[in-house]
Amino acid sequence: MAEGAAPIIAAKGLHKWYSGVHALKNVDFYVTKGEIVGLVGDNGAGKTTLIKVLSGVHRPDQGQVFIEGTPVDIATPKQAMDLGIETIYQTNSMVPTMSIARNLFVGREPLTASFFGIGLMDHAKMRDDSVKAIADVDLHLRSPDALVGELSGGQRQGVAIARAMYFKSKVLILDEPTNHLSVKETSKVIGFVKGLRAQGLTGIFISHNMHHVFQSCDRVVAMARGEVVLNKPIGDTSIDEVHGYL
Amino acid sequence: MKRLLKIYLDKPELAGIVLLIILIAVFQVTSRGFLLSYDNLRGVLGLLPEMGMVAMGVTILMIAGEFDISVGSVFALAPMVMAITNNMGVPFVPAVLLGLLAAAGIGATNGMITLRFGIPSFITTLGMLFIARSITVVISGGFPPLLSADIPGWIFTQYIGLIRMSMFWFAGLAVILAITLSLMNLGNWIKATGGQIDAANAMGIPTSRVKMFCFVLCSMLAGFAGIVQVLRLGSPLPSLGEGLELQAVAAAVIGGTSLFGGIGTVVGAIVGALLIRVIDNGLVLSRVDANWFKFAIGSLLILAVIGNTWLRRQSRRIKLET
Repeated sequence: MAEGAAPIIAAKGLHKWYSGVHALKNVDFYVTKGEIVGLVGDNGAGKTTLIKVLSGVHRPDQGQVFIEGTPVDIATPKQAMDLGIETIYQTNSMVPTMSIARNLFVGREPLTASFFGIGLMDHAKMRDDSVKAIADVDLHLRSPDALVGELSGGQRQGVAIARAMYFKSKVLILDEPTNHLSVKETSKVIGFVKGLRAQGLTGIFISHNMHHVFQSCDRVVAMARGEVVLNKPIGDTSIDEVHGYL
Repeated sequence: MKRLLKIYLDKPELAGIVLLIILIAVFQVTSRGFLLSYDNLRGVLGLLPEMGMVAMGVTILMIAGEFDISVGSVFALAPMVMAITNNMGVPFVPAVLLGLLAAAGIGATNGMITLRFGIPSFITTLGMLFIARSITVVISGGFPPLLSADIPGWIFTQYIGLIRMSMFWFAGLAVILAITLSLMNLGNWIKATGGQIDAANAMGIPTSRVKMFCFVLCSMLAGFAGIVQVLRLGSPLPSLGEGLELQAVAAAVIGGTSLFGGIGTVVGAIVGALLIRVIDNGLVLSRVDANWFKFAIGSLLILAVIGNTWLRRQSRRIKLET
């Protein structure tokens, strides 16, 4: 762990069993500030399980997660978001039947007046801020009122990334964001990830595609059969070496 | 122009409004001007709130991604509970509240069973359709109880010129629900829950509680509508509201509500309910055999869904400057 500072997010000795399958075997993982970590591995290697533990979808059977050095117990996705961990899933991160502005703020709507958390939404703020947030990731859309269902897959991921950045997440987890996307759309998403690094954001980028990881990440962590088998800065390794471990 | 077309295409309830205007014009001619006459409007508008309130509840639940076809039975159960408790000596207002509580209980049961066991709400509420109807008949003892004469039913049934008091209750509820759906964060959660439940869950929306709320709301609106009707009729018949559930779903769908959740408006529900009322009334006034009513509603329902699906596809094709 570089610079002696506590990593933004760390996991120590994680174990997870799914009805007899040992999905995580004593996994240690960390991300330091300003770093984009590529998490690679074959299907069933434990990548998704690890991410689900970090984003509050599952709880580990053993082991501990730390945020900036403090032990935390993340029970729900909402708690993870409150702790600054934002996850963008392959497909279902947006509601296609709702506008961009509504999607950006869904679950965290700014309110002008409220009673027990239920109240009137500040529509003007939602529209203005979503235009700015989207422009910040270099995505240019005609109107915050357009339905997300009308956007391309790449644009949707762009909006999801804009959302995470708007809410100043400490760690942005991208769970195979380029799955089901065309080549052109994929390169757009890779562009967003590179943009994150340029802005000094911290993130975890899960991918099957080694080239994408080597293009956009600082460090690569490889998993196989529920264990971390490699953890090296991109500069100290090669695609062939990583492949050898999988 | 293109933008105008796009707005039109994105708001399926507008298609319903256009259809409503056309039908009113047609029936106005075929009824020889009687449709829009004062007396007839009084009759049509006097009945609209009852069906309209049920349609609004069903619509909001459908937006949240669930169904309720037990509303017709709840429509009968709530006023039955009110009438029986009132006859047992409970004063009017608490009796109405007890009726609404019974409706809320049915809604909560629908929600709990659907969510707890992960079964389709269509099945849960189909079962509840029979169960609630059965309870209604059993507690009535086979004879519809008479409402006591000193019940202040006028707060729902009194005519003020063209409209009944029930219209004010209906309009008030419609405004509150429309605001909730389009201006409040709760409305955003309802749409997200029905639109893409995985995304809603991932963003920390309590989707089960949102659905639960919509189930209870839908049942309570149906129960309230039933109470309004019974105070108009003067006696809670155990057979009240039979077939109403399907008309309410038809009204919601004709008003542009998607069967897959996430899409729909309160205005659409009202337009759908009004369309059904106008067709019912217009056919009679035009001296068409009244048995064609269901034929007309059925055709309209199918055409509305085909039309909305087509409109949505067209709308997606029209991309303004991206």
